[in-house]
Amino acid sequence: MYTIEKSNEIADKIFEIWVDAPHVARNAQAGQFVIIRIDETGERIPLTISRARGDLVRIVFMAVGKTTHALAAIKPGGNIADIVGPLGHPSEVKSWGTCVIVGGGAGISSTPCIAEALKKAGNKVIGIIGARNAGMLIFEDEMREICDELHVTTDDGSKGRHGFAADVLKETVADQKIDAVWIIGPAIMMKITSMATRDKGIKTFVSLNPIMVDGTGMCGSCRCQVAGKTVFACVDGPEFDAHEVDFDLLMQRQRYYMEQEKEAIALWNQHGCSCAEGK
Amino acid sequence: MGDRPAEVRIHDFLEVDTGFSPEEAIAEANRCLQCKKPACVDGCPVNINIPVFIAEIAEGNFANAAVSIKTQNMLPAICGRVCPQETQCEILCILGNKDKPIRIGQLERFAADEERRTGIKPQDKKPSTGKRVAVIGSGPAGITAAGELAREGHSVVMYESLHLPGGVLTYGIPAFRLPKDVVNAELDQVLKLGVEVKLNHFVGKSVSLSELLTYDAVMLGTGAGLPYFMNIPGEHLNGVYSANEFLTRVNLMHADQFPRFDTPIAKASRVVVVGGGNVAMDAARTARRMGAKVTLVYRRRSEDLPARLAEIHHAEEEGIEFITCANPTRILGEQVVTGVECVRMQMCELDASGRPAAKPIDGDTFTLDCDVVIQAIGQGPNPVLVREIEGIERGRAGNVIADGDGKTSHPKIFAAGDVTTGAATVILAMGGAKKAAQSICSYLTSK
Ligand SMILES: Cc1cc2nc3c(=O)[nH]c(=O)nc-3n(C[C@H](O)[C@H](O)[C@H](O)COP(=O)(O)OP(=O)(O)OC[C@H]3O[C@@H](n4cnc5c(N)ncnc54)[C@H](O)[C@@H]3O)c2cc1C
Ligand SMILES: Cc1cc2nc3c(=O)[nH]c(=O)nc-3n(C[C@H](O)[C@H](O)[C@H](O)COP(=O)(O)OP(=O)(O)OC[C@H]3O[C@@H](n4cnc5c(N)ncnc54)[C@H](O)[C@@H]3O)c2cc1C
Ligand code: SF4
Ligand code: SF4
Ligand code: FES
Ligand SMILES: [Mg+2]
Repeated sequence: MYTIEKSNEIADKIFEIWVDAPHVARNAQAGQFVIIRIDETGERIPLTISRARGDLVRIVFMAVGKTTHALAAIKPGGNIADIVGPLGHPSEVKSWGTCVIVGGGAGISSTPCIAEALKKAGNKVIGIIGARNAGMLIFEDEMREICDELHVTTDDGSKGRHGFAADVLKETVADQKIDAVWIIGPAIMMKITSMATRDKGIKTFVSLNPIMVDGTGMCGSCRCQVAGKTVFACVDGPEFDAHEVDFDLLMQRQRYYMEQEKEAIALWNQHGCSCAEGK
Repeated sequence: MGDRPAEVRIHDFLEVDTGFSPEEAIAEANRCLQCKKPACVDGCPVNINIPVFIAEIAEGNFANAAVSIKTQNMLPAICGRVCPQETQCEILCILGNKDKPIRIGQLERFAADEERRTGIKPQDKKPSTGKRVAVIGSGPAGITAAGELAREGHSVVMYESLHLPGGVLTYGIPAFRLPKDVVNAELDQVLKLGVEVKLNHFVGKSVSLSELLTYDAVMLGTGAGLPYFMNIPGEHLNGVYSANEFLTRVNLMHADQFPRFDTPIAKASRVVVVGGGNVAMDAARTARRMGAKVTLVYRRRSEDLPARLAEIHHAEEEGIEFITCANPTRILGEQVVTGVECVRMQMCELDASGRPAAKPIDGDTFTLDCDVVIQAIGQGPNPVLVREIEGIERGRAGNVIADGDGKTSHPKIFAAGDVTTGAATVILAMGGAKKAAQSICSYLTSK
């Protein structure tokens, strides 16, 4: 059992929790993730490590289905059954020169950690964070503190620039020499945004989020196509060269359990708990 | 006693084989000739003193039988159920020449089940040596090594990346063949020797290599969990599973009980399983229990199927359709699987494994309609940790090179089980782990 020390709704449907998991916190690096299981009947879901401090690991997630709703419902002091990590390779942090970090939606949660690591490695870091609207924007302050420059966009113009993170990225790479780019967000956002750096051949990383089970390379559920080769995102990634990724395949595989996911959230909404009646 | 009827058991995950009654066990034990030079023992990778424990059963001293077995094998209820006895101890039983060999595995299981029913006796252990050993992986190799080392008085920490211990015994082999309460009881008895278990620890990530090397010795039992795919077109379609994924979703995560359990799995009406080993049989019979019509496609002949005889027989009884001498060439479908195209195979000259090489007959293809394809064509050693250990020698398949005593090229690191051999068997993993544990003991005392 692992205790959730803090839990907050930091934006519309986006939650921040701090989990007491020294074995994860101790070795966690930017770009890595955990797999959690809420309780004895729970599924294993991957979530990015947003930060680690002392024995605590920060996780930021959007409540989208059964498991994330149930996780959001756990009060501070409550427990989850399992958390394993840190999993996956850390981000490729080195002295690149000038880096851009783009975060979309809940994906923004991964950006402060990567930005900070790159900053420490001597890079100039430009942040671009985008959300649907002002109410869904997260970590603006945290990113502003770390980055040399920060751009904010909202799809509806309710805050920062009206438009998409991709628009700002396009202008940024047109204006100055950029050495490496990270784009983290929903698959479709990563697909579209990474087009901005393709022609210029700028090294661009995306963090892939296929459906996982074990997270240790044992099942192959997370397989993706990168540069025409099969990779297991959990152990070979999760970050890959954006210009080599087959995003359409990723999105196809993400949809496989949609019917069951609807059934699971419907049951949850009916009962709002994991009690026997709810199941 | 014996097997539950196929038409009943395909609706549940309860054990198929109900085992011997005491009367049956005693009768079978009485058939044993108590050979002076028992050939059967040579066939057992952990050298159980087979005539001795059988004699105890014949006398009705079931508890003594279990105690005798456990001096050599701490997991008899498991091995009695899953060992390929017909190619190990039983094939060498002298009675097999004229009549049927003694059913050694069934007797071993019986003794262990009786002991579990009446309460497992705690094992003795030596006083503490003050030495610390890390065991990586909690499958048969890790468990066995941990138990042997703890008995010798070493302090053992066992790391497991999953949320439950047991390795393949827990996530791979289905409950209808190996009930999980049997696994848990046998694991518990080993862990009660004082082994500290750290679940949810992925060594190499949660525990760094330098942290690991602060132990006095390290035993690698990380198994062969890397699933192979066939690398044919259509493999990324939704509905294509590795057997590992399919079985893990069901055995470890209980996806068969969705939505009571949260893990989803395909609702398939027609399933094609590719392969012919135990893993393929387990996947096929699991899919059958979830209501699918199942076809198993194997590239060689039925006499070449590498699975245990009992599993093949059970699969047939349960209505699994076998198509032998055929191999998938393409998986069909848009986003989701709709079928598999296969080619018929012909058998040619014997290959290195002593089996005929299978070659496709060009143009002789056929198509099977299905909504799920499960690939059970083999697994490789888990590369994640091993590839990061500097100075450890590895084979072509990524397996750790260890000598017969479990020593690797790294003085502090020992290894056993599937990570050294590639996908093999429970009892071979245990046999290797016992030797590795002995090597670790001598290494620790010589230090
Ligand atoms: C490496 C990685 C890191 C991630 N980090 C974050 C994060 O920091 N914050 C965040 O909000 N989300 C993150 N995700 C996505 C998160 O795992 C899913 O949102 C979550 O599993 C949804 O579960 P659910 O039961 O609430 O929703 P469901 O309704 O069950 O699923 C909603 C969608 O989430 C995806 N999903 C479902 N189950 C899984 C699974 N077992 N593994 C992966 N994806 C799944 C599917 O595409 C599905 O359609 C990450 C995914 C990966 C692979
Ligand atoms: C479906 C199936 C059916 C089988 N049927 C039979 C049968 O009937 N009879 C038979 O004799 N054999 C059978 N086998 C083979 C047998 O199960 C294996 O040979 C045996 O389990 C190998 O034991 P092991 O301890 O080496 O590895 P495993 O059982 O694979 O255990 C390895 C463990 O290490 C863990 N691990 C890996 N890397 C790390 C890490 N870095 N940190 C922490 N933990 C880690 C894994 O999660 C796993 O739990 C079957 C195998 C499968 C898959
Ligand atoms: S452990 Fe396996 S090989 Fe040894 S006696 Fe028992 S069934 Fe036979
Ligand atoms: S070889 Fe057969 S008959 Fe002889 S001791 Fe072994 S089991 Fe008994
Ligand atoms: S999640 Fe199982 S191999 Fe990646
Ligand atoms: Mg879910």
